Amino acid sequence: MASEDSRLRVSVEDGVTRVDFIDRNILDEANIKAIGEELNQIIESASQPKLVISFANVDHLSSAALGQLISVNSKVREHAGQLRLADISPQIYEVFAITKLNKLFEIHETASDAAGSFS
Amino acid sequence: MPDPQAHHAQPEGRLEIANDRDAITALGERVIRAAEEAGYSEASRFAVRLALEEAIVNAFKHGHKSLPEDETVHVEFEIEPAEIRIRVTDKGPGFSPEDVPDPTTEENLSKTSGRGLLLMRAYMTDVTHNDSGNQIRMTYSKPETAS
Repeated sequence: MASEDSRLRVSVEDGVTRVDFIDRNILDEANIKAIGEELNQIIESASQPKLVISFANVDHLSSAALGQLISVNSKVREHAGQLRLADISPQIYEVFAITKLNKLFEIHETASDAAGSFS
Repeated sequence: MPDPQAHHAQPEGRLEIANDRDAITALGERVIRAAEEAGYSEASRFAVRLALEEAIVNAFKHGHKSLPEDETVHVEFEIEPAEIRIRVTDKGPGFSPEDVPDPTTEENLSKTSGRGLLLMRAYMTDVTHNDSGNQIRMTYSKPETAS
């Protein structure tokens, strides 16, 4: 599913697509745009996608990355799907809390918790 | 540009930086290395790196919106044991920080941009702008509990 220059590691299990970031730093716009395009392809290829994005590998992320996640969330909803975020370190979680995006996104402790939460 | 031969990161610097990802990343890493050598914790370094990144990105994205792509931004940093000071100056017309809408209200929560200043203010101890609004000055004070 992922091309050689993919920024994401993608796996599908029991109808749930799990996405991990390859980069530890999700900062720059070009990279973030590429991630957004890859995620859009995943969302468009499924009807009612169930998507878990894991932040297990992520050390840093910027407000531009948050913006892209919001776009992804909207896209998932357009396709009647559901998005979960997981494996967010306390440091990264604080970024979500400061921006109050912890209210917009459904965040789970682990990717497997997130995968088990889909209705 | 950082000197790859240097064993110790310089605790201060003044440079013109282009809108080049490798250069911005290198500057972030240089500041973080100097902060580590000055005894700042991982949480402090995370805060400073995020704020520096947001300030530079904002300078190019908003400050230089109507300027040629190769226009540079001026960055100054000073890393002392008690505090870190960063100034980012762009060549744009400036802006009024008080006009930036609160991105955490319900109506703005789904907007895909406008969170940089909020994050800088949250993570840094003090954030101010010059009168014309084309320079941001940020200070991070080392928490007293940090070793």
